Formats: sequence, structure tokens, C-alpha cells
Amino acid sequence: MVDVAFQPNRTAAAQSGRRRAGLRNALRRKSMSAFLMTLPLILLIAILVIYPAIYSLHLATLNKAMTKFVGFGNFEFLFKRETFWLVVKQSCIFAISAVIFKALIGFIVAHFVHNVPANKQRKWRGMLLVPWVIPPAMSTLAWLWLFDPSYSAFNYTLSFFGIGPIPWTGDAMWARFSVILVNVWYGAPFFMIMYLAALKSVPEQLYEAAAIDGANWWQRIWYVTLPMMRNIIAITTLFSLIVTFANFDIVRILTAGGPLDHTHIFATWAFRVGIEGSDIPLGASVSLFMVPILAVAAIFILRDITKRGNES
Amino acid sequence: MSTVTIDKSGPTRKVKYGSMSRDRTWALRWSYFFLILFAIFSLTPPLYMLITSLKSSAEISAATNPWWVYHPTLGNYVELLTSNQFLRFFWNSAWVSIIVVTITMLISVPAAFALARMKFWGSATLATGVFLTYLIPDSLLFIPLFKMFAVFGDWTGIQLVNRWYVLLFIYPTLTVPFCTWIMIGYFASIPKELDEAAIIDGASWFQTLTRIFIPVALPGLIAATIFAFTVSWAQFLYPLVFTTSTDQLVLPVGIITTLIKGDVFNWGQIMTGALLGAAPPLIIYAFLMDYYIAGLTAGATKG
Repeated sequence: MVDVAFQPNRTAAAQSGRRRAGLRNALRRKSMSAFLMTLPLILLIAILVIYPAIYSLHLATLNKAMTKFVGFGNFEFLFKRETFWLVVKQSCIFAISAVIFKALIGFIVAHFVHNVPANKQRKWRGMLLVPWVIPPAMSTLAWLWLFDPSYSAFNYTLSFFGIGPIPWTGDAMWARFSVILVNVWYGAPFFMIMYLAALKSVPEQLYEAAAIDGANWWQRIWYVTLPMMRNIIAITTLFSLIVTFANFDIVRILTAGGPLDHTHIFATWAFRVGIEGSDIPLGASVSLFMVPILAVAAIFILRDITKRGNES
Repeated sequence: MSTVTIDKSGPTRKVKYGSMSRDRTWALRWSYFFLILFAIFSLTPPLYMLITSLKSSAEISAATNPWWVYHPTLGNYVELLTSNQFLRFFWNSAWVSIIVVTITMLISVPAAFALARMKFWGSATLATGVFLTYLIPDSLLFIPLFKMFAVFGDWTGIQLVNRWYVLLFIYPTLTVPFCTWIMIGYFASIPKELDEAAIIDGASWFQTLTRIFIPVALPGLIAATIFAFTVSWAQFLYPLVFTTSTDQLVLPVGIITTLIKGDVFNWGQIMTGALLGAAPPLIIYAFLMDYYIAGLTAGATKG
């Protein structure tokens, strides 16, 4: 670090007379160069994020051929369709139960990893994070094969315990369970890593003090660990809620919404309606229903992050 | 007090060492037991990919023990790695990812530097905006983006839909906000004296960035690069929407649309393709795990 800082020093020493001018010049150009440096970022966000977001509001008010303004016609149409309410219900069930299980499993596994001697933690952490590293589209294919109706490796194994063949993706309830299971498998390692980092930042003295006061392990978790990790838990959960709610890959590959639209969530149904059914305005309207819950989660995340910023 | 704490198994110093270490040993054994269970849960799908990829179609349809390979063969690998179509998917994926990583770094590093160090009008708002953009998921924007590029093609005659390079415009919307955000965090943690010294010595802003900030924040830069690569490589929704011709597909979409022919699933090849598709991120992860994890945790903890 120091070497790097000194290098310009040496070259500039020869021309020390120009030092003050250089400083003034740099300060004068500062706002201009700052603007130029952020310009590509601003353009990218404006053209490819903000404009499409507004454009989708406009699209949602058009008819299927996109020739006529229909106001809230698409929304009225959606409200009357049974499938839409199925999608709303399934999205909420999917997102909430998946996030709860990911958070619980992540919390428990993080504690186990934390218990293991420090020199072995790396190995365990490395193995347990593998689901998060594999592209979800690829790993969901492996799950699809594990769930295969006629060659299911799970059913093969379960048959030894006398448990009959389970229609993993064929029956509505089991298909709902399967998509949540795959999502938990994929997302739990993220929670585990975040919680492990948070666990390591809790000062050991707090546990010692709690132990001296006679706290049992449950009281140590409830009164020391959880309050110290509260912020990380909140941010991770909200963040995962957004990602899970907007999930596409897993449901699309595992069930494609079936059986009978029972596992469709907003993203997959918007794709089915908007791209496959080429009713772009209706698809845009469907995906717009994700906005309220995403906005609420985003506001809370932002509040937590600015709070952290102010504390430090 | 000591009589009470003996039962409580807390790590107090003056209690009987025997009981404490016995408790510790049991806690450790249980930890290992559950860790092994969770590791099996985590590693089953990738291992099953590997097992299936080594089987011939005949062995798969014979429905023998699915967890064991009786006649291991590399036939699936040979077939895929000599198929022009599969290699085309692989190269499309590789090109898209490498170019997107480059674009991402060129946009986000200077922007993060400006936002972290050069306070200008609206810089705080812009930093918050970058973070909010990172929270906008792909499934919200794919329909308007698809329509936008179609309309753009109609107006200008430049057809971007169904070309692999359209992804070069779209993927940065996923990678740039996050990379900018974590680079702001890394740059902000560099002591101010360092760049003040450089400015006083006559270094321009650009020199300060390339000679001081990039070398010092190199770990963050590597973490951001890994993230951008992983996201571009794994992206599934956008290529599924934007590309349809077989020669324009990237790996995840290619495997799903071409290896699954109607209702016929050639599982040996699908699993081989999936494993080859999962390989680049896994290899990067195996070698650069610490950077990978640093990037993962930085998203929520920096800032």
C-alpha cells in the first residue's frame, strides 16, 4: 500500500512547482470527471432498468394486439380468472415457506459449522456451499431426474423402507413440496454463510459473561446470539424473500407450472402468458403484481442498511 | 455459585474439566453427525449428475440400482464434446460471460470510485439507486425488455432479438449494480490519506484510480469479477426469452431445449451436459472460495 502511494510522490518531486496548480486543477475537474465516470452506469440504469419498468406499466394498459388502450382491463380480466388467484396463493406459499425453511436450516447448520474446530470449518463450509454455486438451471435438472416418475432414485431408495412410490411432480401437493424442497436446497447455503459470518462477529466475552450468569444454551442463543445477529438475519431474510418471490428457473424446469397450473408462481405464469402465449400486455400485468411485495422488502432492507451505515 | 454452574455445562473456568470436555465432545459428535447429514443433502444432486453421466442409455433404462454404475462409460462425454451443437452452446456461454464481465468491470469500477470518493451533487442518491436496482429481479423486466428490443428492431432495422449478443446488453443490468455496490464498499474502506497524498503529488483522478484504488481493492475486484461471471453463466430466463435459434443459445437453455426432445429424456446426456455446464463455476469456486464467499457476504454487510 505504502509503495504505491509513494510512487507518484517520486515523479512529482522533480516538478514540485506544479504541485499546487495540479491540486487546483484536479479539484476544478472533479465534478466533471466524476460525472463522466458514472455516466455509463447512469445510462445503463436509465435505459435498461428504469425505462423498461415504466414501459411495463404502459404495456399493462394495452390490449393483446397492443393497438388499443384498455386502462385496467387486463387487471380486471386477471381478477376474474381462477388461475390468477391460484398463482397468487402459490407464490405466497412458495416464497414464505421456502424462506422460513432456508433461514431455519441456515441458522442450524451455521451453528454446527461454528462448533467444529476452526481448521476444519473451511472444508465443511466449502462442501455445504456447493448447491449455491451450481447454476440453478443445471441443478434443477438433476432434481428433475431424481424425481423422475418411472426411474426416480428417491422412490427406489424409499421402497426399501416400504414407502410407496411418491408422485414427486405429478400430484399438486407433492409438486408444491418438491419446488419448495429444491428452492430450500439451493438457498439454504446462502443463509448458512451469512449467519456463519455473523456468528463469528459475536464477541466471545458475551458468551463467557452469559455462562458465568448461569445461562443455558437456549438462553445464550435467545439473549446473546439472536440480538447480535438481528440485523444480518433481517437483511438476509428480506433479500431472500425478494429472490424467492421472483424465482423462475426452479419452477420452470421442475414442473413448468403443472400439474394443472398448481405450481405456477408470478414469474413462470408471466412467461407462460406473455412469451409463450404471446399476450405481452397480460404478461406484463402479471409480473407487475410482484412489485408491491418487492417494494416493501426493499424499503426495509434499505432502512436496515442505512441504519448500519449510521452506526459505524 | 460454582455448584450451580457445574450442571449448566457453560464454559466457566473453575468447574470440573472432565464434565465440560465430555459435554464438548458430545456437542462435537452431534455437530459432525448433522453436518454429514446436511452434506449428503447438499451433495446428492451433483453426485447423482456424475453417476448418471457415467451410465449408458441401456443401463439407465434397465432401471438397475440408480446409485451405482455397473458399466462406467465416458460415452456421454465423448458424444457431447464432439457435438458441434453442444460446443456452440459452450462457446456462446463463454463469450457472453467473458464480455459481460469486461463490460461490467469497465462500467462499475469507475462509477464506484466516483461514488465512493468524489462527492458530487446527487452522489448519495445515486448510490442508493444502484442498490435498489440490484434488488429488481430479472422476472420483473423480461417482458418489457423483450418488447423494447423488438420495437427497437422494427424502428432501426437492427435486429437484436434472437442473436446471442443481445445478452451483452441485458446481463449488465444484473451484474453492474451489485458489482458497483460492493466496489463502493471496498473503495470507501481505503484510507483517505492515500488518495489525498496522490492528488497533492499531482496524480490525476484516473491515475489515483488505476495506481492506488485498483491495486489496494484487488480482493474486492476479484470477488466482483467472480460474481459477474457466475451470474452471466447461470442466467436462464433472459436467454430463454431472447434467443430461440439453436445456434444462438447459451448452455443452460441449449441443454434444456435440445437434449429434451418432446417427451424423450436422454438422461445420460442431460446429466453430462448439466455437469459440464456446472463445471466452470465449480472450478472457479474450488480455487477462489475465499473471494467467492467475500463477495457473497459483502452484498449485505458493506455499505
